[in-house]
Order: sequence, then structure tokens, then C-alpha cells
Amino acid sequence: MSKRFFVSVGLIVLAIGFVSPLHAQEAAARAATSTEVVRWSIITAGFALAIAAAFGAISQAKGLSAAVEGIARNPSAAGEIRGNLILGLVLIESLVIYVLLISLILFFVKPFPV
Amino acid sequence: MEKLEHELWIVQAVNAAFGPAVRAVLRALGRPVPEGAHAIPDYLVMSALIVVAWIAVCLWLRSRLSVERPGRLQILIEDGLSLMQSMINDYVGHKGPRYLAIVTTMFVFILTGNLMGLVPGLKSPTGNINVTLGCALTVAVYYHVEGIKEQGLGSYLKHFAAPPGAPLFIAPIMLPIEIISHLSRVLSLSLRLFGNIFGEELVILILFSIIPFLVPVPMMFLGIITASLQAFIFVLLTTIYLGGAVATEHEHHEHGEMVAGEV
Repeated sequence: MSKRFFVSVGLIVLAIGFVSPLHAQEAAARAATSTEVVRWSIITAGFALAIAAAFGAISQAKGLSAAVEGIARNPSAAGEIRGNLILGLVLIESLVIYVLLISLILFFVKPFPV
Repeated sequence: MEKLEHELWIVQAVNAAFGPAVRAVLRALGRPVPEGAHAIPDYLVMSALIVVAWIAVCLWLRSRLSVERPGRLQILIEDGLSLMQSMINDYVGHKGPRYLAIVTTMFVFILTGNLMGLVPGLKSPTGNINVTLGCALTVAVYYHVEGIKEQGLGSYLKHFAAPPGAPLFIAPIMLPIEIISHLSRVLSLSLRLFGNIFGEELVILILFSIIPFLVPVPMMFLGIITASLQAFIFVLLTTIYLGGAVATEHEHHEHGEMVAGEV
């Protein structure tokens, strides 16, 4: 029952506090929106995904080319460079995944019912 | 999409067995389950399946461990553990060994959870935001608590305000940035894993509804690669955050490195 215990309990309560606002959204009513809004949301989702994929691919290509050049200059550091490369690629990729999530929500969860 | 609610027989069996008891408890707590929904959601059943299966495997393995004549499986597991240990030591420094248990457990749970989706009859629990948010929150609470245990509350909070070596007057700028960056770590960990696994699952589902014959197989192969990579990245980032939290004065890395590695 030391200070450590109370600090950890306090942090857990704080963490739970972050997710409690999610309950508030269940009560929100869904008004019907016009078909035009639905159509624009689908077009937006498509464009957003294309732009995200394009920029994601360019940035990953830059990182990849720098990593491969680094390995070519210094083959004994290949293991470390590979580790940093994977970390960087996944961090860039996660940004594209966020856009994919929004697009999937717009397409399939349909937050704007017609 | 009508296909998204495909019933799994394991979920139905568990709900038939434990459903009424869980419904009664939840009704008593004031949160009744609506009639059409399962009392125990599918991701909980799948997570419980992972836990039970791994406990059974580990108990069986423990009876066959030996120091003088290790079998092949034991050598394999020891190799895997030493790989994980060397990764932790790279980022955390010499206090590494005490974090091996939780990091390896997260890795095993997330890897099994990701790969389960490719088996017919099972579904990935990590394809649900609740499970990935749970993993991310566990990691967040854990590394904050470990950082406070290691450095003391005052010194840990001071690192938020002013990184070592920087003057004290930049604290009003650094503090909001640091707080937002720590919150974004939780968000990015959970959303990255959820987005990858759910997106993969959805793509395979859609391909199945168009051409069920051979076309989903390359996507499922990609699913295996993504599953392993995402599990590895989750624990790599966990280790990096742990390293950033427990590093003390005399072995502090460049603080800019942690902030630059953010979303």
C-alpha cells in the first residue's frame, strides 16, 4: 500500500477517464442527410485515400533509397540500418492507415444514412 | 455489410454456456445487454481463447524443459527469447531483463491475435478497436509507472517540462508538446494495429464475396506478413517508450530522438 500503488491506480483511473467520453456518442440521434452529402463523402473518401497512398509511397521510397544506399556504403551496419528502416516505414505507413480507416468508415459504417 | 456479422460457432457455443450468467450480472450492474446481441462479444471470446491456449501450451512445455538435454523446441524458444532480450537491451540499456516478461507476452498475444483471423472459424480479436486500445493503454500506463518508479515522481515530471541540458524557460512550450505527444502515442499504437488488421480482414472478406476461388490467397499471404510485422512493431515501440521513460541522467539518449519518432 505504498505510494507506488496509489500512483499506478491513479494512472489507471486517468486512462479509463479518457475512454468514457465514447459512451456519450451512443445517445446521439442520426438525422437523415441528403444524398448529395452521402455522394460527396464517398468521393472525398476515394480522393483522400489516393492522395494518402501517393504521398505515403513517395516518403517510403525516399527512406528506402537512403537506407539501401547506407547499406551499400557500409555493409557491416546492414542489421542496424534494416531495423531503423522497418521502424521508419511502419511509422509512415501508419499515417496512410489512418486515412484508410476514415475511408472505410465512410464507405461501410455509413455514418451518414440516406 | 451483411457478411460482417458471420456467426462463429465458438462464439455461439461460449455464449450458450456462459451467456445467461453474464446477462444476469450485467443486468444487476445496470447495463443490460440488448436481446439480439451476444452477452459475451466475439472479440472477448477470441481473446479468452488465446489466453487459455497459451497457458495450456506453456504448462505443457514447462513439464518438458531440461537443462542437460534440451529438445529442439526448447532451443528454439530460448533463441527467440534471447532475440527479444537483445532488442530490449538495445533500447532500454542495462535495466532490460526486468521488462522481458511483459514485452514478450504482448508480442505473443498480439501475434496470435493477428494470425487467428486467417484461420477459418476464428476471428482476430485485434481487429476490434477495444482490444487494441486495451493493449495500448496497458503499455501507456506501464511505461509511465515504470518511469516514475525508476526516477521518482518529481524528476520524471521535470523531464516533461525541460529535457536534460535545455534551459528551464522553454518549459511552457515543451509541456503541452510533450503531453500531446504522449497522448498521441496511445492513439497511434492502437489505431495502427487496429487499422492494419481490420483493413486486411475487410479486404479479404470483400475478395471472398467477389471471387471466392483462388484470388484471396495472395491477400491472405500479405495478411501473414502484415500480422507479424505489426506485432513486432508494437513491441518495438513499447520498448522504445520504456527506454525513454526509464533512462536516467547518466545514460540519457538525445531527448530529441524520442520526440522525433512520433506520429
